[in-house]
Amino acid sequence: MSEQKKVDKTRRNLVVATSVLGGAASLGAAAPFVASMWPSERAKAAGAPIEVDISAIAPGELKVFEWRGKPVWVIRRTQDMLASLKQVVGNLTDPASEASVQPEYAANEHRSLNPEVMVMEGVCTHLGCSPQQRTAEAKAEMGGDWAGGFYCPCHGSKFDYAGRVYRGAPAPTNLPVPPYTFLSDSTLLIGDDKKGA
Amino acid sequence: MSSRLMALWDWFDSRMPTVGEEWRKHASEYYAPKNFNFWYYFGALSLMVLVIQIVSGIFLTMHYKPDAALAFGSVEYIMRDVPGGWILRYIHTTGASAFFVVVYLHMFRALLYGSYREPRELVWIFGVLIYLTLMGEAFFGYLLPWGQMSYWGAQVIVNLFGTVPFIGETLALWIRGDYVVSDVTLNRFFALHVIALPLVLLGLVAAHVLALHDVGSNNPDGIEIKKNKDANGRPVDGIPFHPYYTVKDTVGAVVFLAIFCIVLFFMPEMGGYFIEHNNFIPADPLKTPEHIAPVWYFTPYYSILRAVPPLFNSQFPGVAAMGIATLILFFLPWLDRSPVKSIRYRGAYYKSALALFVVVFLVLGYLGVKPTTVWGQFGFEAFFLDTKDIATWVARLCTVLYFAFFILMPWYTAKDKVKPVPDRVTM
Repeated sequence: MSEQKKVDKTRRNLVVATSVLGGAASLGAAAPFVASMWPSERAKAAGAPIEVDISAIAPGELKVFEWRGKPVWVIRRTQDMLASLKQVVGNLTDPASEASVQPEYAANEHRSLNPEVMVMEGVCTHLGCSPQQRTAEAKAEMGGDWAGGFYCPCHGSKFDYAGRVYRGAPAPTNLPVPPYTFLSDSTLLIGDDKKGA
Repeated sequence: MSSRLMALWDWFDSRMPTVGEEWRKHASEYYAPKNFNFWYYFGALSLMVLVIQIVSGIFLTMHYKPDAALAFGSVEYIMRDVPGGWILRYIHTTGASAFFVVVYLHMFRALLYGSYREPRELVWIFGVLIYLTLMGEAFFGYLLPWGQMSYWGAQVIVNLFGTVPFIGETLALWIRGDYVVSDVTLNRFFALHVIALPLVLLGLVAAHVLALHDVGSNNPDGIEIKKNKDANGRPVDGIPFHPYYTVKDTVGAVVFLAIFCIVLFFMPEMGGYFIEHNNFIPADPLKTPEHIAPVWYFTPYYSILRAVPPLFNSQFPGVAAMGIATLILFFLPWLDRSPVKSIRYRGAYYKSALALFVVVFLVLGYLGVKPTTVWGQFGFEAFFLDTKDIATWVARLCTVLYFAFFILMPWYTAKDKVKPVPDRVTM
């Protein structure tokens, strides 16, 4: 073997060039496979805004609507619930919702257009589970400083009645508020905030 | 063997000698240490469970429908209407948990006897890759029945990828193929579960076994039997794998199958640990079940995820800790600096570290199936208490100890007082 000391440069260069081209072609061939896993045109088209009737929601009641496959909550908050929002400010991660997702008109202390009607996505900002309502009476389970709100069963994050997250929970930000607008006193448009859209 | 059969074999062997050569190399002339003990059953058992899963899986795909509208119903159809369908499904679900039982015991054996040490680093690395692939396989498979736990488990795990800085959201979208876990996700998880990952798994198992047979098996004394060979070049302390260990492993297989059948016939759901109760409710994208927890074999890592608090408004640290907790296994061969391999000749440091590690792993596993409030709350206020749940703080302590086992290993294994290792294996 050691007799062949001289490498045929032309042959080697051709081998290298062929390998490089072949490698590039294989990478290119992977593109359609990777691309096929992106959302299809049908999946993309399924995100239209929804119109919901909220006249039947009693004070203190929560109704779940489906928008883009996600649960959107509409709660008619009572005076007690609204009062609890001020009470818990000291226990929250982001009480002024500065790092959280909401439209401009919901970036206020009650995180809504109308203080009594709270609209938010019921999707935990930790890993996407849907939290559950726990009333202020659930102090035994939720701890002495509990003033009512929501509890995520997956990893234990707690939220108040404006979807603001408690400190010490794995969820980093408040529950997101989707764009919405009132079409009338009893009808909401969720997913868009321009009337007649 | 009759002379006709012998003649037939000779005819075959002269045309395809590979079969005979490989049989001799891997079975009849593969010399394994003669002092294998109880812990050496679990490699062969893992292979057997793999076969059980592949066979039962093939027959389940004949009746299952990977469609969000039909999946849950088709699983119930298998359970009620397909002749023997219930037994096929329970074999597959029991097999999934059994797989992790035998693999965890197999990995623990490696920790006991230093089976990951030089020259078996590649055997160990292929083994960890098998373990990770198995986790993927179990996760993709768990979505298929399209029950509540299937759905929300997938939602959480896919969102883990969403927390990766910068590219996370895009990555999660690409994995799901939709903005939420949906029919699209179910369809692709089916493809990954029934063909893509099984192929990877088979390739890795082949690499694991071939790498092992090149360097030879370790043993409970952690000494190299190849260093002491007889005149024929065979290890003095070795015996042919076949028939000695094929017979021994058959005994193990019979005992294992007896236990497997008891579970299969009398407690296939294992009180909600093998199949969670919530998975008998069809998936509802609008409602997360009351108590959500992963299947038992993921819970130690799930506890680590839950224990790490968010940093700079990002959940990524918890996800990263969970990822590192599995990936750190790859580095084990280089973290261990002890002059001996087997626990029999190690000192008090490693023995206590390993014992503590087992306790920590079990506590993390236990806490992972329970809500964080399981042990109540601290009764006092303190500025550093971001959460008062006692279980969360215990999980944090265990997480630290879990990582300490690996990170401090170069130190405590080197400092340990070891005993002299004998030249020959002991029985």
